[in-house]
Order: sequence, then C-alpha cells, then structure tokens
Amino acid sequence: MPLNREFVGRTYKQSASYEVSRVKIREFAAAIGDTNPISRDQEAAREAGHPDVVAPPTFPIVFSLSGAGEALVDPELGLNFAMVVHGEQRFEYIRPIYAGDELVYDSTITDIRTVGRNEMLTVRSDVTTVAGEPVCTTYNTIVERGGAA
Amino acid sequence: MTATIKYDEVESGLEIKPVDYPVRRVNLVMYAGASGDFNPIHWNERFAKTVGLPDVIAHGMFTMAQGGRFVTDWAGDPAAVVDYGVRFSSMVVVPDDDEGATITVSGVVTEKLDDKRVVVMLTAKSGDSRVLSRARAVVQLA
Repeated sequence: MPLNREFVGRTYKQSASYEVSRVKIREFAAAIGDTNPISRDQEAAREAGHPDVVAPPTFPIVFSLSGAGEALVDPELGLNFAMVVHGEQRFEYIRPIYAGDELVYDSTITDIRTVGRNEMLTVRSDVTTVAGEPVCTTYNTIVERGGAA
Repeated sequence: MTATIKYDEVESGLEIKPVDYPVRRVNLVMYAGASGDFNPIHWNERFAKTVGLPDVIAHGMFTMAQGGRFVTDWAGDPAAVVDYGVRFSSMVVVPDDDEGATITVSGVVTEKLDDKRVVVMLTAKSGDSRVLSRARAVVQLA
C-alpha cells in the first residue's frame, strides 16, 4: 500500500532535550571501534582545541532516529515496519557535537516517493542547542520494500 | 578543526590506503546497545532467517560508522568531518563464528573545496559486495 503523501511537510518537535554525556560518547566510540582519544579523553580533546570530548560523525543517530517516530507508527501513514530497511543517511555539521551539549531537534518528513516497487520516506532533523545555536542537520531515508506494489 | 592533515599537502586524486575492519557478533550487540537499535535482524539468527535473510546482518549505521572512523582516523580529528552521507547498497552478513565478516574501506580525495575543505569519496566492501554507495565526506583540513 502506498504511503500517505499528506504526511509530507509535517514537522514533529521534541518535548525533551537530549543531553550529550562523555560516557555516552565513549560508549558509542567503543561500539564502533573508534579509538581516537579526542572522543574518549577530556585532556586529549582540550589539547586538540575542543571544549570537551567530540562525538564521532554518526553519533546523532542515537537520538535523531526517534525524531519522527510518532509519525512512522501512525496507522494513517500506512507504513509496514516489518518491511523497512535503511536506505540513505547523511549528517551535515554546522559545528561538532561536544559532551555537555543539550540538544533539541525538529524532525520534518520532507519527501515520500515511489522507486520501483518500493516506497521511500525521508526525514530531516534540524538539531540545535537549547539556546538555539544550530549544530547539525540529519537526513534519514527509509525504504519500505514492496510498499508500492 | 584540528585535523593533522594539511590542505596544502593534499592533491585531488590522493588515494587513502584501505583498512580492514573486522565485524563479529559482539560488535553488533555493542552497537545495538550504544545506538538503541535493537532490531532482532542484527543479533537473532532465528529471527533474521524467518524474514528471509541469510543470517544476522550488521546495522547499516555500523557500516557507515566504519567509514566515518576511516575518515576521522585519516584526518586526525573526529570534528574534521563536516558532512557525511551514504546510500546503503548491500548488507553485511555476520556469521556466528570466530571470523565474522570484514568491512574494507578505502577512499579517494576527489575535490578540493574552499576554506581548506576536501571531498573524500569512500568505497566500503564486504566480500565481493559494495556495501555503501555514494559515500561522500567533506573534511575540514588544517
């Protein structure tokens, strides 16, 4: 069943902020096998000119995946989760993410399209600090296999 | 930010030497916990097979993270990557044995931009399959 195009353009605001901790950055770095001390050790990060440890480039997936979660489970959208795979992902930085950042993000469904037998849906999340400083933008495209058939 | 590679010393066409990243089941369990993605296709062989997969497969984001690590290790600083995008083109099958799978990442500097930035195009392979396509990072050099 094709996805409901009326969802394109809808924006979902997060009610709570995400606090980036040194422990979470270290855990994430360990999970991806990243041994760079700038992500694990405060002193190394400071010596490299950063205020605190720096998150690896793909770290925002930890909080941004849930951004449009409420929309994706809305029966009106018509998405069959069992058939969903990750199609594309992008992270565009205005500045790095540091431990101590308190982040909020608005997630917008920017596109729903049919490619062959599949339905593709893209969510853009604009991530800022609670003070409104822009940090990064993430783009997440999921594919519903067979959704257009 | 504080990349250790100097923009002036990098030419378009520079090849960054390939690195092999081993992937075992334990890495996927760790990634599930760290990322919050507990989809059973990434840790439960029985479930993976019921949905038509050959075996447990790695999270696409785990593979993308190996590409990210490849670039930040080259540049010298995780803050050097200012833009990073990929398309997931094939899956990384991770058998439950002592070898697991291997993701081999290589890169080429394809363009020099303003502000001491360069474009690095990445290739990520597992076995004979290209597991990422259009994998592109913009890197801030010194």
